[in-house]
Amino acid sequence: MEKILEKICTDYEKHEGNIISLLQNIQNEFGYIPEDAVIWFSRKLDIPASRFFGIVTFYAQFHLTPRGENIITTCCGTACHVKGSERLINGLLKELSLPEGESTTPDKEFTLERVNCVGACSIAPVVIINDKVHGKMSADNLMKEVKKLKESGIEK
Amino acid sequence: MGTGGVAAGGSEVMDAFRKQLRGKGIRADIKKHCSVHRVGCRGLCARDVLVDVISNDRKTTYQYIRPEMVEKIVTEHIIGGKPVQDWVVSEDYHKFHDKQIKVVLSDCGIVDPEDIDSYISVGGYEALKKVLSTMTPMVIIDTIKKSGLRGRGGAGFPTGVKWEICNKEVSPQKYIICNADEGDPGAFMDRSVIEGNPHAVIEGMIIGAYAIGADKGYVYIRAEYPLAVERLKNALKQARANNFLGKKILGKDFSFDIKIKLGAGAFVCGEETALIASIEGQRGMPRAKPPFPVYKGLWGKPTVINNVETLANVPYIVRKGADWYSSFGTEKSKGTKVFALTGKIRNSGLIEVPMGIPLREIIYDIGGGIENNKKFKAVQTGGPSGGCITADMLDIKVDFESLASVGSIVGSGGMVVLDENDCMVNIAKFFLQFTQSESCGKCVPCRIGTKRLLEILDRITSGKGREGDIELLEDLAGDIKATSLCGLGQTAPNPILSTIKYFRDEYESHITKKKCPAGVCRDLLSYMVLAEFCKGCGMCKKVCPAGAITGERKETHKIDPDLCVKCGACFEACKFKAIGKG
Repeated sequence: MEKILEKICTDYEKHEGNIISLLQNIQNEFGYIPEDAVIWFSRKLDIPASRFFGIVTFYAQFHLTPRGENIITTCCGTACHVKGSERLINGLLKELSLPEGESTTPDKEFTLERVNCVGACSIAPVVIINDKVHGKMSADNLMKEVKKLKESGIEK
Repeated sequence: MGTGGVAAGGSEVMDAFRKQLRGKGIRADIKKHCSVHRVGCRGLCARDVLVDVISNDRKTTYQYIRPEMVEKIVTEHIIGGKPVQDWVVSEDYHKFHDKQIKVVLSDCGIVDPEDIDSYISVGGYEALKKVLSTMTPMVIIDTIKKSGLRGRGGAGFPTGVKWEICNKEVSPQKYIICNADEGDPGAFMDRSVIEGNPHAVIEGMIIGAYAIGADKGYVYIRAEYPLAVERLKNALKQARANNFLGKKILGKDFSFDIKIKLGAGAFVCGEETALIASIEGQRGMPRAKPPFPVYKGLWGKPTVINNVETLANVPYIVRKGADWYSSFGTEKSKGTKVFALTGKIRNSGLIEVPMGIPLREIIYDIGGGIENNKKFKAVQTGGPSGGCITADMLDIKVDFESLASVGSIVGSGGMVVLDENDCMVNIAKFFLQFTQSESCGKCVPCRIGTKRLLEILDRITSGKGREGDIELLEDLAGDIKATSLCGLGQTAPNPILSTIKYFRDEYESHITKKKCPAGVCRDLLSYMVLAEFCKGCGMCKKVCPAGAITGERKETHKIDPDLCVKCGACFEACKFKAIGKG
C-alpha cells in the first residue's frame, strides 16, 4: 500500500496539489478511500484528516467502504423517475436482499447505487451494470441480468 | 456513438457494417455517424440505432437498426441500389426536423467527433483564424454583444457583457472556465454537444480566452459522462497537435491551454462559486456574491465561466456574423436553444429550436405528441429550479421572458413531458428529494428549509396530510427563496410553488380525500383484480414480486392486500386491463 501511496503523492505534487484529484487517484487504485490512506496522507502532507473526510463525504463520487464485485447504478433522473425507476430499485433491493440502509451485499458481490442523471433520458429508464448502459429497462430484464451475474459469480 | 447510441447497440451496428462491407469486398467510405445521432445530436434518440446510407448523393435514413439487419441493407441498397423501404424512417422523422434550426448542433451528425480534420473540413477553426488575424478582443466582444447571445446555462446573462467586464479587469492572470457540470436531472444537451462536436466547444473557449485575455482554461465536467470526457481529452490532444492550443497559437502572440477537471458528483458545483471552490480542491460550497467571479474568481483572479452550449455558439457567430445569429429568436432572447425533450413524448431526443417558438410546436410537431395516445398534462422545464407549464398555456412562446412570466424557466434546457398518469405532488416531491439531498448545507434556509418542505410533501403523499399544509408549504417556500445563499436554495421551492399554482386540486385531493388522482402515490392506492375482465392467464401472478397474487389457471385471480407492495407490476403486465387501482 505504501508504495502506491508514494506514487500518488508524487503525482499530487506535480499537479498543483489538488486534494480532490488526490482522492480520485486513491479511489482509482483501491476502489474506495481506505481510512489508512487518508491518515497516511494527512501525516505526510501535514493537512488535518478532517479536511480529507470533509471532502470525501461532500462528494457523491467517493466511498469510504469497499464496494461490490458488480456495480449496478440506477438512474433516478426525472425522465427515469416518470418511467418507473423506483420500481426497478425496489425489485433490486428484494432480489439482492440488501439490508436496510446498506448499498453493498454482505458477500461483496453487488453494490447498488443511485445516480441523479446519466443524461440518456431518451432511453429511460436507464440502468448501468458494470459500466455498460442499458436503456428502456424493464424489471424482468433487469432481474435476468442480475441472475446472469449471480451465476457467473458462483462459477468463479 | 454517444451514450444513448452505444446503449442501443450503435457500436455493434457499426461493426456489422464494417464486417459486411469488408466481406463483400467493397471499398466504401462509411460515414461515421459518431456522436451524431446516436448521442441524440441528430435528435431522434428514440429511434436508435439510426443509420444513414449515402449513395449517389442521396441520403437514406434507417431507423431501429440492429446488427442482424445490416447484411440486407448492404446487399440490397449499397450493392443493389435499392433502399430497404420497410426500415426507412417514416414521415414524422422529417417532421421532427422541419421546425428545428440548428446552430450549435449544425455539425453534430456530420463531423466525426474523434477526428479534428473532419471538423476542419466543415469550416472548423476558421473562426479562430479569423479572430487571431483580423480581430481585436474588443471587436470580438462587440460581435458577441451584437449577436445577443445569452448564457445557456440557465441564468441567461449576456455573454458579451460578461467578457467585456473581465476584459477590462487588470490582472496578470485570468481564467476561462467551461461549465460542463450538467447536473439537472432530465438534461443532456451539454453531454451531447461535447460527445458530438467537442472541437466547437474548444474553439469557442479559445476565442473567449483571447477576448478576455486569459492564458489558462478549465473544463469542469461530470465524471458521470465518461464518453464525453474521453472525446474531450482526445480533441484537446488533437487541437494541441495542430497548434490551436499551446504556445504562440498559429504563430501569433497568444498562448492558451485547457485542462480538464473532473467533477466528483455534487449538483451544487454547477453554481459558479461552488465550481471554483471545487476546482481549487475544496468542498464545493458556494460563497456570497458579489464579488462576482469576473472580478474575483479562481484563486482570486478574474474568471469567466461559460456554459458548454454558450461556448459552442461562439465559432458560428464569429464565422457567420452577429446579424445572422440575431435574426433568430425574439427581441430579448436571440438565437437558438438546445432542449432535451424527454418523458412521455413520442419523439424523445435532442432538439434545437429558435427562441420564441410556441411550446405547442415543440410538443406536437417536433415531439410527435404524447406517447401511447395519453392526455397531455404538463411540461416540466428547468429541472429542479423550474416549474410546470400546463395544457392551457401550450401556446406560450419558449424564451427567457415568457417562461419566467408563468413561473417556470428556460434553465439549462431540460423539458420533461408529463401525461395524465403523472401525479404532480409526486413530481414536486421528486425534485425536493433531489434538492434536499444536494443542498450543500452551508446556509440554514436551504439546509433545514428544504428538509421541512420535503417532510410536508412526504406527509401529504403518504395520506397524512393536514389542513393548512398547502399554505404552510407556500409560506416556507417564500422564505427559502428570499433568504438562501445561492441559486440552488433560491430556486428549490419553484417546483412546489408552480405545482400548487396550477394543480392545487391534486394537493387538496391528497390531503382531504386521501386519494391520488393519477394513481401514483403508493400509500393512497390499492390494487384489485376486476373479475369480469380476468381471464386467469397467470401473468400478474408471474410478475408479482411479493407473491401477493393467487389463483388457478383460467380462473379469476386474487390480490392479497396485506402482502401487496403496490408496485404496479401486475397493472402493467395484464393484457386484459383486469387490474384496477384506486
